[in-house]
Amino acid sequence: MAEPILRCSELRKHFGGIVATDAVSIDVAEGEIHAVIGPNGAGKTTLITQLSGEMFSDSGRVQFRGRDVTRLPAHRRSMLGLARSFQITSIFLDMTVLTNVSLAVQAHRGHSFRFWKRTDTDAELVEPAMAALTQVGLAERAGSLASALSHGEQRQLEIAMALATEPALLLLDEPMAGMGREESAGMVETLKKLRGEKTMLLIEHDMDAVFALADRITVLVYGKVVATGTVDEIRANDDVKRAYLGEEGA
Amino acid sequence: MFNITQWSLKHWLAAALLVFFALFPLSGDLFYTSLLNRMIVMAIAVASLNLILGYGGMISLGHAAFIGIGAYSVGIPAYYDIYNGWLHLALALIGCGLFAFVTGAISLRTRGVHFIMITMAFSQMAFFAFVSIEEYGGDDGLVVNGRSEFFPFGDIENNVTLYYVSFIVLVAVLYLVYRLVNSRFGGVIQGAKANERRMRAIGHNTYKYQLTCYVISGMMCGLAGALMANFSNFISPDMMGWVRSGELIFMVILGGSGTLFGPLFGTGLYLLLEEFLSRSALYTFVTENIAFLNDAQPWVYWQLPFGILLILVVLYARGGVDGFLSRWGSKNG
Repeated sequence: MAEPILRCSELRKHFGGIVATDAVSIDVAEGEIHAVIGPNGAGKTTLITQLSGEMFSDSGRVQFRGRDVTRLPAHRRSMLGLARSFQITSIFLDMTVLTNVSLAVQAHRGHSFRFWKRTDTDAELVEPAMAALTQVGLAERAGSLASALSHGEQRQLEIAMALATEPALLLLDEPMAGMGREESAGMVETLKKLRGEKTMLLIEHDMDAVFALADRITVLVYGKVVATGTVDEIRANDDVKRAYLGEEGA
Repeated sequence: MFNITQWSLKHWLAAALLVFFALFPLSGDLFYTSLLNRMIVMAIAVASLNLILGYGGMISLGHAAFIGIGAYSVGIPAYYDIYNGWLHLALALIGCGLFAFVTGAISLRTRGVHFIMITMAFSQMAFFAFVSIEEYGGDDGLVVNGRSEFFPFGDIENNVTLYYVSFIVLVAVLYLVYRLVNSRFGGVIQGAKANERRMRAIGHNTYKYQLTCYVISGMMCGLAGALMANFSNFISPDMMGWVRSGELIFMVILGGSGTLFGPLFGTGLYLLLEEFLSRSALYTFVTENIAFLNDAQPWVYWQLPFGILLILVVLYARGGVDGFLSRWGSKNG
């Protein structure tokens, strides 16, 4: 097997007496959609913040594209091609949809010590931003304020902002959070179109979405990896059924 | 902004105000020219604070320190009979730039209330530093005997010349702020205000941009300080007390924080109110007819109605004067 694009080994994080991440090791292969599932409180979001660099691990290592990034802060990891989306929508509400995305483009077009030229007419920013918006189907909302978007559209904007950084790996923290059935289906379509183009680590509660998208699944319970495998392997795994679905599911 | 067909009420008012400023000295009224000059100089300081506070979300309660440093950059050389304006200017810019860089580098490691407190602490340190220097008058202040001379252009001894120099600096500062906030740099600053965590996640190292912004703002405010020393011919550590910083914040909020012309509106309104409320009929009536106010220092009590007015503005005119004009403009036109 080729070198995985992301490898985390023996990651640990605890908050006081609570162990949020307990010796988690996950390999994400280039090009795959790797889902991480687990009951509430399993430490999924904590794991994402450790991988994105917003929070440093107590111990363990994170390697990204063959490079040790364990001690790199979030903005440096973003530069290397690691992007995340947020479970709780985290956008710039008072700015237009286009500005939201072009800020993400800008971060990856050299430094921002440019004090004079307008950004809203700068093709170097606007064109890639529009391309990212087109990918998630928000192009015609480019001029609206982000706060005027529906919840589903804001979730799509989340993805567009992550895409605009031209990442090699997308860390998606519950992209379907709070969505209705129809909106979820739209998001699944969006992500399906990105399959093959982008490697994704997907955290999601919506099992239909996970089974529709994932190549491999890792199951996290109380901060520990219970199982990793293909969709069929995970479906058949008794440990997973016990831990995840409860005793009666087994 | 330069497309006149898209102008709304506030643009017209700001333009009218600037034209008024530009033409007023022609009236020959020295008293009001002097009041307007003070307004112009304060507006420069307020515009500089608006850049970090309004656009950048960095609520500094120590901004008056830069006015003080800028003022002493004129006053101390003048004390030694050195009136070279280029030297004054260089000292003000370098002094404020350095002070902003060092204090900003430390302050910007904190957020929220801690940032407010630490910027205030630094400005109080500057305040007490100047209070303690007996040579330059300590807390009695220092009389500035002559104004800056800008070879080969001449001096600003004439009040009208000083007025126009201040006015040009104000227009230049407003234009600079306009370019900055619409540039990539400004995008990072405003993004960091709105959602710093997201900015980091998409790859921006917000700290170094915020620090740069803080330095630019400090240097701009230093210009206001240097002009203030020339204008009032007297400087003292009081110029940089934290109460002064509080007033600057109030002018930013009053005008509409994070708007281009807010500082113009806020400073104008604040100083006009201060001027007229302290001489108003109501004020005279109150102080002359209510016994226990009779022998009070007059300037103490005009601030009471002023305070109430400001509270009303903050409560009912969100977005300050600029916000009010925007709403009123869109309702009527």
